[in-house]
Amino acid sequence: IAFFVMYLFAEFDDAANLLAANPDATTISIDEPSEVPKNKHSRLQQSGREEDDELLGTDDSDKTELLAGQKKSAPFWTFEYYQTFFDVDTYQVLDRIKGSVFPVPGKNFVRLYIRSNPDLYGPFWICATLVFAIVVSGNLSNFFIHLGKPTYRYVPEFRKVSIAATTIYAYAWLVPLALWGFLMWRNSKVMNIVSYSFLEIVCVYGYSLFIYIPTAILWIIPQKVVRWVLVMFSLCLSGSVLVMTFWPAVRDDNRRIALATVGTIVLLHALLAVGCLAYFFDAPELDFPAPNIPAHNGTTVITKIQ
Amino acid sequence: FAGLSDVSISEDIPVEGEITVPVGSQSPDEDYSTLDEPVRDTIMRDLKAVGKKFVHVMYPKKSSALLRDWDLWGPLVLCVSLALMLQGGSADSKDDGGPQFAEVFVIIWFGAVVITLNSKLLGGTISFFQSLCVLGYCVLPLTVAMLVCRLVLLAGSGTVSFVVRLIVVIAMFGWSTLASTAFLADSQPPNRKALVVYPIFLFYFVISWMILTFTPQ
Repeated sequence: IAFFVMYLFAEFDDAANLLAANPDATTISIDEPSEVPKNKHSRLQQSGREEDDELLGTDDSDKTELLAGQKKSAPFWTFEYYQTFFDVDTYQVLDRIKGSVFPVPGKNFVRLYIRSNPDLYGPFWICATLVFAIVVSGNLSNFFIHLGKPTYRYVPEFRKVSIAATTIYAYAWLVPLALWGFLMWRNSKVMNIVSYSFLEIVCVYGYSLFIYIPTAILWIIPQKVVRWVLVMFSLCLSGSVLVMTFWPAVRDDNRRIALATVGTIVLLHALLAVGCLAYFFDAPELDFPAPNIPAHNGTTVITKIQ
Repeated sequence: FAGLSDVSISEDIPVEGEITVPVGSQSPDEDYSTLDEPVRDTIMRDLKAVGKKFVHVMYPKKSSALLRDWDLWGPLVLCVSLALMLQGGSADSKDDGGPQFAEVFVIIWFGAVVITLNSKLLGGTISFFQSLCVLGYCVLPLTVAMLVCRLVLLAGSGTVSFVVRLIVVIAMFGWSTLASTAFLADSQPPNRKALVVYPIFLFYFVISWMILTFTPQ
């Protein structure tokens, strides 16, 4: 799989150089990766959605090719190639996390935060943290739910670590791969103005999973209502980040396909959240029927006596 | 050639000196050849190096012994003993039990490798095996915690024992993280220190979780 992915990266480099009509993926690399508001950028960039409509002029094509070459010039079998994916500072990672938790309406996460410097640090370690957060929280929650029962013996449920890891890493890497393939395919049919590289999509997905970490920890609270409110809330936040990122990439397409794509993205995201909640966290209602029955009998006895 | 007949080496000038060929077997140098020493000396030297590193971990000062003379004996011993002590937990045969021996092994070594790769990719100047060495040796406080937990569990497994175990594990987790950070933080670029320290924190947190949730049969 690693060689296949590397082949994809090499393919992308060629594609980026050839597709001169896609300015957005490469023009931004001129700027240093800091929080400069978009209005202050050079004439190559415009704020908001207008940049999506700007086609690349001939004077920019040299720069973009040069910059695309500068960015990842090392061959993929050297260590330096992979170091370019970790070229982020602490404040950048924190900014990207902040951007995924507080989505600004109308601002694209990729444009605003990633800016042609996608990193693999965020996606990898957010997924790792999420795996352990889910397993540990699930274990704790089950412990508290079943605490009073006489037949309950605590088990660490360590097997669930491998299951959680497989699920979350598969989601964070295979879904972006499928989405990237799909977008590339649509790009060949309909000339979309906005297109993302595979790493940028992985980056968006990785950072959008961050909101699930505090959600998983709060799922320890054994109330069904609380858990579902949390699911809805986190789904809205991270789903909106994803939607605002991918809507500009598909809206030039056939209306139905665009809506289906965005709908599928949100659906898969929701499935991940609901699936994790259902599998790793026992339902809290198992406790309620047991105490109710003797109380019910007690009240009926009392009424009869009276 | 006519002028050369006047040149002559005077017999008055004495030529003195010594010519000796150094013979290797007669040199008293120890590190020139350790093949001839008794096996006990060899083993003791390595054991002393490992022991010295243990002491450095327990009292983390800015010493370069762990970094310069790295070895992987200590991490191996610690990993094996920790994995062995985590056996005999609840329901080894069932699916929901504690970690198997292989799982602990894989988590510790694979986790250490991933963290080392992470710090190197972020631009760290430490070498691969030095980092593995430091991360492995800093598992020592957690191994001590595991030992203490097993002893406490022999006495009983009620709430008091759980609180004692919790305190011990938290203290040792903090010690491990601080020790490894003290050794590794200097080799990182200054604006990425937090990015390197966080995975180390996660790594020791997972090991602490495995230790804390150990329940005997």
